[in-house]
Amino acid sequence: MNTRGGIMVVALLVATFAVFVLSSTHGTSGMSAHKALRVMWTLASGQQAAPDIETQDITIVRDIRLPRLLLGMLVGACLAVAGVVMQAFFQNPMAAPSIIGVSAGGALGATAAIMLGFNFWLWRLSSVTVSAFVGALAVTALVYLLSRRGGRTPVGVLLLTGIAVGAMASAASSFILIAYGQGQMDRVVYWLMGSLNNADWAKVEMIWPFALLGCALVYLYGRDLNVLLLGDEQAHYLGLNVEQVKLVLLTLSSLLAAAAVAVSGVIGFIGLIIPHITRLVVGPDHRWLLPTAGLTGAVLLTLADLGARLGGEIPIGIITSMLGGPFFLYLLHKRREYEM
Amino acid sequence: MSGEAVLEARDLVTGYEQRQVLHGVDLSVASAEMIALLGPNGSGKSTLVRALAGVLPATNGQVLLYGKPLGSYTRREIARHIAVVPQMSSLLFSFTVLEYVMMGRTPHLGRLQGESAEDRQVAAAAMRDTDTEHLRDRPVTELSAGELQRLTITRCLAQQTPIMLLDEPTAFLDINHQLQILQLLRELNAEHGKTILCVSHDLNLTAAFFDRVALLKDGRLVADGSPEEIFTVARIEAIYGAKVLVDRTPAGRPRVTVASAPAEGERP
Repeated sequence: MNTRGGIMVVALLVATFAVFVLSSTHGTSGMSAHKALRVMWTLASGQQAAPDIETQDITIVRDIRLPRLLLGMLVGACLAVAGVVMQAFFQNPMAAPSIIGVSAGGALGATAAIMLGFNFWLWRLSSVTVSAFVGALAVTALVYLLSRRGGRTPVGVLLLTGIAVGAMASAASSFILIAYGQGQMDRVVYWLMGSLNNADWAKVEMIWPFALLGCALVYLYGRDLNVLLLGDEQAHYLGLNVEQVKLVLLTLSSLLAAAAVAVSGVIGFIGLIIPHITRLVVGPDHRWLLPTAGLTGAVLLTLADLGARLGGEIPIGIITSMLGGPFFLYLLHKRREYEM
Repeated sequence: MSGEAVLEARDLVTGYEQRQVLHGVDLSVASAEMIALLGPNGSGKSTLVRALAGVLPATNGQVLLYGKPLGSYTRREIARHIAVVPQMSSLLFSFTVLEYVMMGRTPHLGRLQGESAEDRQVAAAAMRDTDTEHLRDRPVTELSAGELQRLTITRCLAQQTPIMLLDEPTAFLDINHQLQILQLLRELNAEHGKTILCVSHDLNLTAAFFDRVALLKDGRLVADGSPEEIFTVARIEAIYGAKVLVDRTPAGRPRVTVASAPAEGERP
């Protein structure tokens, strides 16, 4: 039994609720927190709105703050869980979802959609979101296929292939940016920095099945992830069908990360750092690490987005990297186990 | 020390993509036997262990577990019968010793099944057998190589397999820890009836601790018998290509001393 894990789950559930209230009641519109709460109550209970609550207030809470808040939580959870999986998969504390080309692929898709003026909607999702999702998955699939070696997928090969293909995808993005330049360039740059300010219910509806189903399925592989940390060969000897397990985990974590990237752009450091923060508290057992990392990701990303909103719509990727970087350096400095 | 064959290689041919390593090996391991697998570097010892454990499929011939081809078992079934101790283990994150040992229960547990009281008892008993109970709550990342190797054996004990294969388990250990590990293997064999096949490089430790020695050279089994039968000057010189002297220890076991080659002709 993991006492610290149990405490952390409870603490995180409380924190999730606190962040939910805090985030839904703070924004740039100048609505008071008390009023925002009353609007939420009105929405939740379905009652007649009080006379001082205007239609505009309801619109702000229902169509702007709530979807953004939920999107932040889902994106944070997806990135954190994908990061946990990647670090066990690669047996490498530096691993993050971006390592297998998810971010670079998503960026290529989004850049192409913006610069080449793709103009379509797929079930209320913009061409940018759809293209980013497809790009992220396509590049990841390519990385996997290029890494197959006689029925096996050695992690070293996968890692380096991810770097190479990721670099090529980034180069392609840059080329598109230069060749079709001007006008739309700032939109691409903004997307690359990651942001939740285009949040809407369609995006929430797109990501939540991936988040819920993906995280639940990954959780079923908690013990397998522990054993994978012993290396492929020993995992084999402990009865794991290693190649099959790895393909499942790679697919699930790619879907999680791709869904997150598609709706929010490239938000750095969450997938890398949340697993480390969480591991510090609950230890390395994935059956505790996965749920606590997911919740921590949800809470911290929402907090970061709150900062982004109150700071006048700074892209959230800037905030996560600005705060995540120093914290990660502190961890590296403090913990002996990373000195290999 | 003989009984029915529990694990058997029959005319086993296998290897890696471009390179065939084993060229038809026949080896039969009986229940509760304790066998040392010896041979020069590159003779195929580790490859044989991997093939016997089912990680490396046979390209020709076969491996039989209780008389049935290894391929007819699932990975999990094999893992409930054969545990493998590697040369060295390393872990990236600081699992506790108990968590590490508990990983041995993996092939017995379903995907959604938590460890039961029985699993914890098995782990506790394994730690008792290997004298590692005092390490229980320590992070594995802080242990010495010797302690970690002992715990890997403990983990393999918790796996509750009748067969244990070890690939040079003492390769990175000092002489004291080597002795401790071999002593432990003898106890497991004598007291628990564990069938043990252990790759070794040390001729004298092998002679002292094992009853049967199988010698591999260039992917073929070239000798198989008691240490007394195997350790002759002619055979060891032929296989290892080094000049040796063989005499007996006070306990009557063969003892191999390497004679320095250049001086051989000059001094009597």
